[in-house]
Amino acid sequence: MAGGQERILKRRISSVRSTKKITRAMELIAGSRIVKAQAAVKGAHPYSELISKVVADLAAGGGSINSPILKPRERVKRSAHIVIAADRGLCGAYNSSVVRAAEGSILEDEEIGAEYALILVGRKAEGYFRYRDFRIDNAFTGFSDQPSYEDARAIGQLVSERFINEEYDKVELIYTRFISAGKQEVVRRPLLPLEREVISGGDGKPGDESSNSATASYEFESSPEALLAEILPKYIEARIFAALLNAGASEHAARQRAMKAATDNAEELIKELSRVMNRARQDAITTEIMEIVGGAEALSSSDADADEDSAARAIAFERDYLEHQGAGPDN
Amino acid sequence: MAFLVELVSPERILFEGDAVMVVARTTGGDIAFLPGHVPYLGALAISKLRIMQEVDGGPRFETAVAVHGGFVEVSGEGVKILSDIAELGTDVDVVRARTAMEAAEAALRTDPENVEAKKALQRAEVRLDAAGANA
Repeated sequence: MAGGQERILKRRISSVRSTKKITRAMELIAGSRIVKAQAAVKGAHPYSELISKVVADLAAGGGSINSPILKPRERVKRSAHIVIAADRGLCGAYNSSVVRAAEGSILEDEEIGAEYALILVGRKAEGYFRYRDFRIDNAFTGFSDQPSYEDARAIGQLVSERFINEEYDKVELIYTRFISAGKQEVVRRPLLPLEREVISGGDGKPGDESSNSATASYEFESSPEALLAEILPKYIEARIFAALLNAGASEHAARQRAMKAATDNAEELIKELSRVMNRARQDAITTEIMEIVGGAEALSSSDADADEDSAARAIAFERDYLEHQGAGPDN
Repeated sequence: MAFLVELVSPERILFEGDAVMVVARTTGGDIAFLPGHVPYLGALAISKLRIMQEVDGGPRFETAVAVHGGFVEVSGEGVKILSDIAELGTDVDVVRARTAMEAAEAALRTDPENVEAKKALQRAEVRLDAAGANA
């Protein structure tokens, strides 16, 4: 009987041990991907900085303000949320915290009487909202851990178009911002209409030979309005791209942390189970000896209350054994 | 005299360095930037962009880049080019570009009005041009 328990424990330990190997491998993979994802986040900086500067310069150069992308709507009838989560699980609370933030934001919209629209990135976000019967306008999957600019472009074109057609009156990004390998936070950022700060502070003045002040006087190829109309969609794409990259890096960081916790936990479990198994083995041995001794005694006493010596020897042996057990490390 | 040239794509900085001349094609036509150019802002066509570098009176050294749209800004700080799809000539996969060109040509033969195919053909030609492989 007791031997059976030992065997069961042994099997469990080996299963935990192989689970630990898997989680350890996932931890290491996520760890190495963080570095790459972080580099991607950094690599996208120069472009988004430069495009912000160009947009601001164009706006200052007179290319403002009539673009529909810049105009806040008087009444928000339909508010869109771009929710960026992961394609895969096993990354702790990463997906659920993004999804929870999105749900909160939808509730807020409903309170002010606006409909919601969902644009989801990542299989996990899609699964969550589909299961709960939310209306999903679009779902993009398959690139959450390594987003490319093409992915951002697809999303950007979609929302810009619908915003301009007044299908959406507001677009918001919900994603996890990557601060450092140890710190990420879920953020909600307005995307459309573009905020005024985006276009203020530029130093482009329309080409005017006479003004030679501190602000540069730009020469524009085609009108500033036309240029702005062309560049604003790209600016939006760049914003979405930055959000995707941040989310990707956060996903790897969250996964690494979750898998490290799982590995540590497996180690703890192995230790615990080995202890229980050793005790079970010793119990089994003790029981066996007791049985032998008991059997011997029964034999000798039935043998016409004879050989007391041998009975005494058996009892002494058993006492020795138990004392030895008691001195052992596990009792 | 030289000025700073930066060429950035959404993923990374493709080129950063001092140059003596940049030749680009904007929607309005070809334009060359020399040191001291007035501040300028324009949209790029699908074209080959050339960056000329010079080492102190030595021979000129040209870097060709295939840009598929984008913007060029000239300011006191130098020339900045941003393009969401750009490839250094040396990075171009010639075989792939050629395949893409043939595919686009084939598509145009069946439907001469196919706008996508026309663009694809133009992109492939620019790529091959930048790579120095004649189309």
